[in-house]
Amino acid sequence: MAELALDHPVQRPSRWIAGWRRGGPKLWIGATLVGVLVLVALLAPLIAPHNPIEQDLMSAQLPPAWTDGGEPAYLFGTDSLGRCVLSRLIYSARTAVAVALIAASLAAAIGIAFGLLAGSFGGWIDQLTSRLIDVWMAFPPVLLSIVLAAVIGAGLTSVITAIVVVDWTRFARVVRAETLVQLQRDYAAAARVIGLSRGAILRLEILPNLVPLVVTLLSVEMGIAILVEVILSFVGISVTGDTPTWGGMIAEGRQIVYQAPWIMALPIGCIISSVIGFNLLGDGLRTVLDPVQRR
Amino acid sequence: MRWGEIIRRLVLIPPTLVGVAVIVFVLLRVVPGDPIAMMIPPGASPADIDRLRAFYGLDQSIPQQFITWSGQALSGHFGRSISLHQQVFELVLARLPATLELALLATLIAVVLGLIAALIGTQVRGRRAEWLVDGGVGILLSIPDFLWALILLLLFGVLVPLLPISGRIDPEIDVSFHSNFYLIESLLTARFDVASALLHHMILPALALALPFAALLARVLKTSLAEAEDQDYAQVARARGFSRPKILLREVFPNALIPTVALGGVQVTLLLGGTVLVERIFSYEGIGNMAIDAVINRDFPLIQGLILTFAVLFIAINLAVDLLVTLLDPRLRHG
Amino acid sequence: MTTTLSVQDLHVSIGKGAHSANVLRGVSLELGPGEVRGLVGESGAGKSMLGRAVLGLLPANATIAAGRIAFEGRDLIAMPEPERRRLFGRRIALIPQDPMTSLNPVKRVGAQIAILLRHHLGLSKRDALARAAELLSEVAIRDPRRVLDLYPHEISGGMRQRVLIAMAFACDPSLVIADEPTTALDVTVQRQVLQLVERLRQRHGAAVLFVTHDLGVVAKICRTMTVLHAGRVLEEGETVDVLAKPRHPYTRALLAATPRADRPAEALRPVPPALIDSLWAEAHRLDRLSAMAPS
Repeated sequence: MAELALDHPVQRPSRWIAGWRRGGPKLWIGATLVGVLVLVALLAPLIAPHNPIEQDLMSAQLPPAWTDGGEPAYLFGTDSLGRCVLSRLIYSARTAVAVALIAASLAAAIGIAFGLLAGSFGGWIDQLTSRLIDVWMAFPPVLLSIVLAAVIGAGLTSVITAIVVVDWTRFARVVRAETLVQLQRDYAAAARVIGLSRGAILRLEILPNLVPLVVTLLSVEMGIAILVEVILSFVGISVTGDTPTWGGMIAEGRQIVYQAPWIMALPIGCIISSVIGFNLLGDGLRTVLDPVQRR
Repeated sequence: MRWGEIIRRLVLIPPTLVGVAVIVFVLLRVVPGDPIAMMIPPGASPADIDRLRAFYGLDQSIPQQFITWSGQALSGHFGRSISLHQQVFELVLARLPATLELALLATLIAVVLGLIAALIGTQVRGRRAEWLVDGGVGILLSIPDFLWALILLLLFGVLVPLLPISGRIDPEIDVSFHSNFYLIESLLTARFDVASALLHHMILPALALALPFAALLARVLKTSLAEAEDQDYAQVARARGFSRPKILLREVFPNALIPTVALGGVQVTLLLGGTVLVERIFSYEGIGNMAIDAVINRDFPLIQGLILTFAVLFIAINLAVDLLVTLLDPRLRHG
Repeated sequence: MTTTLSVQDLHVSIGKGAHSANVLRGVSLELGPGEVRGLVGESGAGKSMLGRAVLGLLPANATIAAGRIAFEGRDLIAMPEPERRRLFGRRIALIPQDPMTSLNPVKRVGAQIAILLRHHLGLSKRDALARAAELLSEVAIRDPRRVLDLYPHEISGGMRQRVLIAMAFACDPSLVIADEPTTALDVTVQRQVLQLVERLRQRHGAAVLFVTHDLGVVAKICRTMTVLHAGRVLEEGETVDVLAKPRHPYTRALLAATPRADRPAEALRPVPPALIDSLWAEAHRLDRLSAMAPS
C-alpha cells in the first residue's frame, strides 16, 4: 500500500484557465491585438493629441516627427489638409470598431435566423433557403458591395448594409449545417417528446451548441467588416465628410503616395494588425471552445 | 467521362446568364441614381434631357427596356456605354485580354508558390519549423488581395522604387500589337524587351492577387498530403522499400491533388473578382478597373455587360475545375 | 542454414514518459526457411506491432527500447536505411490487412505492380507489365490483361487481396509477413486466399509469419504458432501440439472462444496482464512439481 499522503491538496485549475491555455499563442496574440484596438477606440477622445478633423493648411503634409521636416506636435505627421495623422488613425479605429460590431452582429442575426429556419424546418423551406444562399454567394462580393453602396449612397449606413447584405450567408450556411446535425442527433429524443415544441428544442438544445461556432464567426466577421469598409472607402463610397476612416486615409494617401507615403502606410499597418488580430482570436476561440479540435 | 453531366451543365448556362442579367437589370433601374442626370452639362434644357433619355432607351418601361436589351444582346449588341460613348461589346473586348493575362500570371505564380510552400511544410512535418510554415501561411491568408496590392505598391513602388505602379506599359514604348493580349503576343513574337516592360507593370498586381491564393493552396495541399501520407497504400509503399520522397511524389501527390484542385479551383473565381480593386490600385487597364468607374457613373449598359462577362468567366472556370477534378480522380468517371 | 527471421527479446513502447505503454515486452520468435508460423492473440496483444517492427513501419511515437531483429543473420534495426529499403518489397514482403485501402486509388492495377517490379528487378516497362500479367494469373485472376488496365475501385475486394498477394510474392521474397489478410474478407473468400498463400509460399519457398486472431486459420496453414498476450509470448511450438494441449489457461480460453461447428463458443473473458503473470508462474510451478512427481 503506497503512501499517498500529500502536504497540501492539489488545486485543479479552473476550466476557464485550462481552456485559455489550450488556445495557445494564437489566442493570446489575437486577444491582445483586438484588446488594444477596442481600447484605442473607446479612449479615442482621451488619447488623440489633436482634433482629427481640424485642418491647418500651414502644416500640410508634414512627415512623422522623427524624420527631418517633422514637428514634435504631430507625431505621425499631417495629411494634405494639415490634419493630424495620429489623431485620425485613432478616431478611425473608433469608426472601424463601431462598423465592425454593428455589421457583424446584424449579419450574424440575419444569418442565424435563416440558418435556423432552414435547418430546423427542413423540406422545401430548406431547399428554398439553400438555393437562395447559393445564388447569393454566386455574386462577386466586391462588385456586389460596391454596387449596393453606390446605389444606397455614401455614408456609414450604406457601408454597414453592404457588409450585412454580402456576408450574412457565411453565418447562414454554418448555422444551417450545425442545426441539421444537432437535430438529427436529438431526433429520437425530440420524437419522443412530441409535445415539446420545435421552438423549445431550438432554445434548449441547439442554440447553446451554436454559441462557440457563432462567437468564432463573429470575430472573423468583424475582421471582414473592417476590410469591406476599406474597400468601399477606397472606391469613394464610404462615409462622407471629415469622418476619419482607415480606408479613406488610404484612398487619400494613394493620390500622394510618392510625396507622403506614411499617410497610406500607417493605416495599412493598423488594418493588418486588426484583421490578423480578429482572425487569430477567432481561430484561438475555436480551439478553446470546440472540444473536438484539441491539438 | 460523365458526358451526361457535362451536357447538363452546358445546357444550364444560358438560363443562369439570363437570371443574372435580369437581376442586375432590375436592380440597376429600381434603385436611385440617374445616369442621365450625371452626364448632362449645366444649362441643358429639358428637351435635351428627354432626347438623351430617349437615345439611351431609358424612357421606356423596365420590361420594355429588358426586351429591347435582350433582343440586342442576342445579336451580340450589348448597347452603348453611357459614360464612354462606345459600344459596350467593343469596350469589354478591348480590355478583357489585359485582365485575363493578369489573372493567368497571378494563378501561375500562386500555383508555384503554393506548391513550394506545401512541399516545404511537408518536409518539416512534425518538427518545430512546421509551426513557422503554418503561421506564415496563416498570416498570408489573413491579408486580402487589395491590401497586398497596397503593401506591395508601398514597398516596391515607393519606398524601394523598383517597379512601376500604374498602367499596363510605359507610354513611350511603341505598342503595335494585333491583339490586346500584349504579353502573350510579345512572347510569341520574341519581342522580349516589350515583354519585359509589360511584366514590370504586371508583376506587382499579379503578386497581390497571387499571395492569398498561394497561401490557400499551400494550406490545402499540405493538409491533403499529410492525410494521404497516412493512408494504408502509402504505408504499404514504405513496406515495399520505396523512399519517402518517391512515395510523396508518385503515390501521395496525385491523390492529394484532387481535393486541392477542387477547393483551390473555386478560388480562382475569387482571384478574378479581386482584379476589380487590384487593377484600380495599380491603374491597370483591365475590366476590373473599368467596372468601378462604370458603377460610380451609373453606366447601366456597361455595368450589365461587365457583370455578364464576369458571370460567363465564373461559370467557365467552375466547369473547367470540375472537368479537371474528374480527370484526376478515376473514381468519379463512371458515375 | 541461417534462420530467416530471428526476433530476440524485443521491447517496444509507445509514447513518452508518463504516457508510455509497453506494447511488446521481451518477445522472442524465430522463423526458419520456408516455415509458416502463426502469430495469434487478441486485438491489442501486440502482434501487429511485431510485424510492423520487422518492416520498419512503427508509428512515429513508438520506440524500440531493446532487442534484436535479424533477417537471415543481418541486424535489421542497426541496418542503414538505404540498405533496408533494398530488402523490403524484395526479400521481405508484406500482405496488408485491408484490401480496400491498401491499393492506390488513382493508379491502375497494372501500373502499381509494374512500379514494384521495375524498382526492385529493373525490368523494362513492357517486361514489367508482362510479368505483372503472369503474377495475376498465378493468383487465379482470370483475364489478367484486362485487370491490369483497371483501377482498384473497379475490382472486388477479394480480387484486390489477390493482387496484394501477387505483389507480395512478385520479387521472390524469403520472408512474407501476412498481416491479418483474411480479416476483411468473408468466409468463402477466406478459404481461397489461404489456399493461394499456401500455394505461392510453396512455389517460392518463402517463410511466412501469419499474423491473425483467428485460430481456425492458424490450424489450417501454420505448422508452428506463437501465442501473444499483452506484449508477451505465452506459448509457442508446433501448432498441433499447442492446440491439442494448450499449457496456458489463456490459450485454452482462446481455443474455447473460437467458433466451431460442433459446439458453441465461450466468450473470451479478458484477463488482466498482472493475473497472467501470476497464472504463468503458477503454471511453471505445477510443471516442475509434475516433473518431479513419480509417474
